[in-house]
Amino acid sequence: MNRAGRVLAVSAGIAFAAALVTYYIVSYLMMTPPSVAATGRAPHARLTLQTVASLGFKPHPDWVSYLAQNPQGKWVHGTILKVPAHSLVTVTVYQYDTATGLRNPFWGGFHGTVGPVTVNGKAIKTLDPSLASHTFAIPELGVSVPLEGVADKAKNQCSVAPCTLSQAHNTVVFSFRTGKRGTYRWQCFVPCAAGFILGFGGPMQSLGYMDGLLQVV
Amino acid sequence: MTIPHTEVGPVRVPHHWLRMVVIWAVLSAVAIPLIVLVLGPHLPPGRMTSEAGSQRDANTLMTALLAPIVVSVLVFFVYSIVVFREHGTAIVDGPPLRGHVPMQTAWVLFTSIIVVALAAWGSYTLIVSSHGSGGGQGPDPVAVPSHRSHDLVVQVIGQQWSWTYRFPAYNGVETDHLELPNNSPIEFHVTSLDVTHSFWAYQLGVKADAVPGVDNVAFVHTRDPGNFTIRCAELCGLWHGHMFQTGNVVSAAAFKSWVGSEQKAEAPNLRYLPRYGRSYFPVPFRRAG
Repeated sequence: MNRAGRVLAVSAGIAFAAALVTYYIVSYLMMTPPSVAATGRAPHARLTLQTVASLGFKPHPDWVSYLAQNPQGKWVHGTILKVPAHSLVTVTVYQYDTATGLRNPFWGGFHGTVGPVTVNGKAIKTLDPSLASHTFAIPELGVSVPLEGVADKAKNQCSVAPCTLSQAHNTVVFSFRTGKRGTYRWQCFVPCAAGFILGFGGPMQSLGYMDGLLQVV
Repeated sequence: MTIPHTEVGPVRVPHHWLRMVVIWAVLSAVAIPLIVLVLGPHLPPGRMTSEAGSQRDANTLMTALLAPIVVSVLVFFVYSIVVFREHGTAIVDGPPLRGHVPMQTAWVLFTSIIVVALAAWGSYTLIVSSHGSGGGQGPDPVAVPSHRSHDLVVQVIGQQWSWTYRFPAYNGVETDHLELPNNSPIEFHVTSLDVTHSFWAYQLGVKADAVPGVDNVAFVHTRDPGNFTIRCAELCGLWHGHMFQTGNVVSAAAFKSWVGSEQKAEAPNLRYLPRYGRSYFPVPFRRAG
């Protein structure tokens, strides 16, 4: 190969490598988890969520997870929720997972809610911590609601997401009030990550599973 | 071949050391009062508690002691650049440097005196003059307040990713917000129920590791009402950076009122809390095992 050919080959190699690096960086920067907007407008919006024992698809099909319903009624595997500022947000959680139990029973109480918290239409004041499957907690807003798990022996339990209302579930409804605009994290306080030390790894440490962001806009 | 060199004639050499010492003394004499009187009252962590006040005093003293050292380095540096700068002529080797025993002895003695004096002063403030230490001392603290039995005991429980607080003197009520009475001795018992956290109540002068199954004791005596920030100072997982709260030091009456309202609000859940113990490490339920 003559000199011009070698220069061309090296230049082409460098250009290819640069293109790969650029593609990787741009893809990384453009990759944002899906966000799901609440239905309704200020001053009253609604969020609909479900929890499932195992997601059923990649990258972690056996991880426990939250899902959110978008305004078109489709279940989305995403935990970035968008709600209006200075509003009452009513959350409906279809709870398909069985109980794990709280490590700290304190989170069995309801905190930061407005009005009654109902489980299958019945108002309750606290939850036996051993019956908790998950919590929906926004610590910066002082909100924490334990979610009662489906009985271990319940029939027709859901194995993979998205689950449907014909399958065994508990319906938990509560409301909280948002304040000023901002981004707040939310999380589960139940150590529900099966297969991880003390249940605190994997999905408990991952956005999109048992952790999310509440975008108050 | 002839090596280029500069011949030094019988010229009058100024007293460089004397000049530098004079400049150093003047600058230090200006810097130290400025640090103590102007900067000191603004140094962290404030005087909300006796322990925080001691820490501010320590920070002021250390900064004031550091000033002459920093000034000496800077003076020597700047003086050398300005005065010993070579102009145009070729550079030749200087005279060889040899050991100077009096200077070395003085240096070792001087630095040893500073270090030993600081150690003695630190030990005195920690143990002898102490009302306790804001730093976690483990389950069997050495530096304890003289009237420990009067302390308000607060158990601090770290968990991914929040702090909760138990008050054994108030029926073991647990809260997710911290209020403390002013002019009161407080005894923190810091622990964790998952991974290692670190309870850092900045303005209180408290920093104590929260270790699962361990009771880490720290003391403070509140002196001024106000807000204080609480952070986790140990990387503890996804939301470590969000493990942030604001607490309050309030009047004794306001504290009684607050803790009473917390007891009322938490009454439905109180029966599920475990008996108060020096650590908080409940047996994992079901799947969590």
